[in-house]
Amino acid sequence: MIHLPILKAADRKWETDPSQAPTHDLKDEIFQLEKEGEWIVQRVPEPYFEVKTKYGRIKKIPLEKTWHHKSCGQCGHIPGYSTSIFWLNRQFGLDYHDPTNQTSCTAWNYYASATSNPEAQAAVAIRNFASAYKTGYFPLIHCGTSFGHYKEVRHALVHQPELRRKVKKIMDRLGLPFVIPEEIVHYSEWVYAMRDRIAERQVVDMSHIVATVHPACHYHKLIEEDAIYSEEIYGAQRTAIVTGTLQALGVQVKDYSTWFDCCGFGFRHILVSRDFSRSFAVQRKIEVMKEEANPDVVVTHDTGCVTTLDQSQFAAKAHGKKVGVPVMSDSQMAALAMGAHPYKVLQLHWHNTNNKPFLEKLGIDWKKKWDEFEAECEKIRRGEKAYLTWEDADA
Amino acid sequence: MEFALDLSANKYADVPYEEKERLFKEMKSDERWPHVLYGCYECGICVASCPSARFYDFSPRIIAQAAAREDVDLLYTLMNDSVWDCSQCFSCDRCPRGNSPGQIITVMREVAVRNGLQSAKEALEGYGRIIYKIMSTGTQVSPDMLQPNAFPDWGGHVNEISEHLEVWRKALPPETLHTTETGWKVDEKTLIELYLIWHMTGVMDMIEQIDEGLYMILVDVMEERLEDAGYDVTFD
Repeated sequence: MIHLPILKAADRKWETDPSQAPTHDLKDEIFQLEKEGEWIVQRVPEPYFEVKTKYGRIKKIPLEKTWHHKSCGQCGHIPGYSTSIFWLNRQFGLDYHDPTNQTSCTAWNYYASATSNPEAQAAVAIRNFASAYKTGYFPLIHCGTSFGHYKEVRHALVHQPELRRKVKKIMDRLGLPFVIPEEIVHYSEWVYAMRDRIAERQVVDMSHIVATVHPACHYHKLIEEDAIYSEEIYGAQRTAIVTGTLQALGVQVKDYSTWFDCCGFGFRHILVSRDFSRSFAVQRKIEVMKEEANPDVVVTHDTGCVTTLDQSQFAAKAHGKKVGVPVMSDSQMAALAMGAHPYKVLQLHWHNTNNKPFLEKLGIDWKKKWDEFEAECEKIRRGEKAYLTWEDADA
Repeated sequence: MEFALDLSANKYADVPYEEKERLFKEMKSDERWPHVLYGCYECGICVASCPSARFYDFSPRIIAQAAAREDVDLLYTLMNDSVWDCSQCFSCDRCPRGNSPGQIITVMREVAVRNGLQSAKEALEGYGRIIYKIMSTGTQVSPDMLQPNAFPDWGGHVNEISEHLEVWRKALPPETLHTTETGWKVDEKTLIELYLIWHMTGVMDMIEQIDEGLYMILVDVMEERLEDAGYDVTFD
């Protein structure tokens, strides 16, 4: 009889090794194309953080001199998401640029309606990259879909000479340089890289908070090798993003069985077929989280995920579903931990599901905070001030 | 047992095979096709991870198989009756064969739009205002879209946002976010460059196929702005 050792999952240690990666490193080709005069590669400005991606390769995350590629869904419907990202940068005194020479990546529409094509999508991406390059700031992508889509565009441009030729022609016509960033960086990677510094400045205890994480599909499923992984988090078998940030803040992150599932956003569906989005978000995500982890908050890192998981709970409540968990982004959680105002900065009044019990659990007097925000709004209504300023936000 | 999705050859028997084949050839000639389709093990991993498969009579496996077998009749049926159910989350990219059913579907949808298929027009009914917004303003959704009649299932809070919209937008510290008709403030020059991209890449031809009324409105808006900026550009 042959006796073979029984390998238990817990005994197995997963170590990423770039030399064993099943894919080649795209960066080699990106720099080679620069040598051949095909395009300019915008370098990640120093200082930068180094993090590991899925196969153990090193990715550079810029600390500052960042050009904030905003998200249409965040800015349009949940603006405290983007505001929190900017607030964190300001708290650390970091140099950043919030551009007006920026369009959406237009990928939401592309995935929803297909009324575009690869050439147009690549040209929109490169136009935005050229805009960033001209300012000297490095693109930091706020939206998960823009992040995933731009990685796909980069991949296509590297491998399809004809597409490069077409896009080069368009950039020449626009009088813009053909620029590709050395790294495509998502804002949540910046938050993850900054997590220890954020934790050093934490003023709100979160050690009694239970959270569940929803990872954005377009963050870790599109060009999956370029997402952040860590041996310390799920044994490097799932992306470390968001979970790593929350753990640094002392939050108890609990697992649930539908972690890998999408949120139900669906691009076209969230706008014109929301019965699907609602059903999936509630039945495959929120109810499962409630049943298995009973979280105080759901934390995610993309526009559509916050929107779908948050907004879908209203109608489900009428049907007696097990819902009622507030949803926010990692940037909002990080800002809240550092003492940001829940309404002037996090802008939680744009969210749907009741978050007041969560704020109370954190010891935050939401009524007082709301009155402070309302007082500022009243000044705007009376014409005493034009806008709420950053100074007002921290007053 | 009756299925919602009729995969029999009968449903589109009146459409000439040559027409179905022409559309298939358009799919197959796409540069992405060989990079997203390598065959199919029929393992069903794509279906297991697919959100749409749980709520619709929808299968990324059937689509990948039909594409791999080059089943022209079946692909025509799927292009009309199935591809618009896809959530475009790309969970199916975990295919052990290296396929991307989501990307196959993207190519099929583009072919459907470019050829003005009635099923594509129906799938995108009610979506025109979104296309208008992204193509004309450079941002996809705007604060003023948050109207109770557009999102009745999101409850009274949409009404509250709508009532306070002007003030709440001014109560945002980032200066670029004080807008109501766009997600953020977009420069005029940026829009001109975007319109020129639409012009140079043939995207407007796709819009014309899918919604002629929308096409005419967009042309008016874009041509006027381009003319003011000194460009002699027409979309005809």
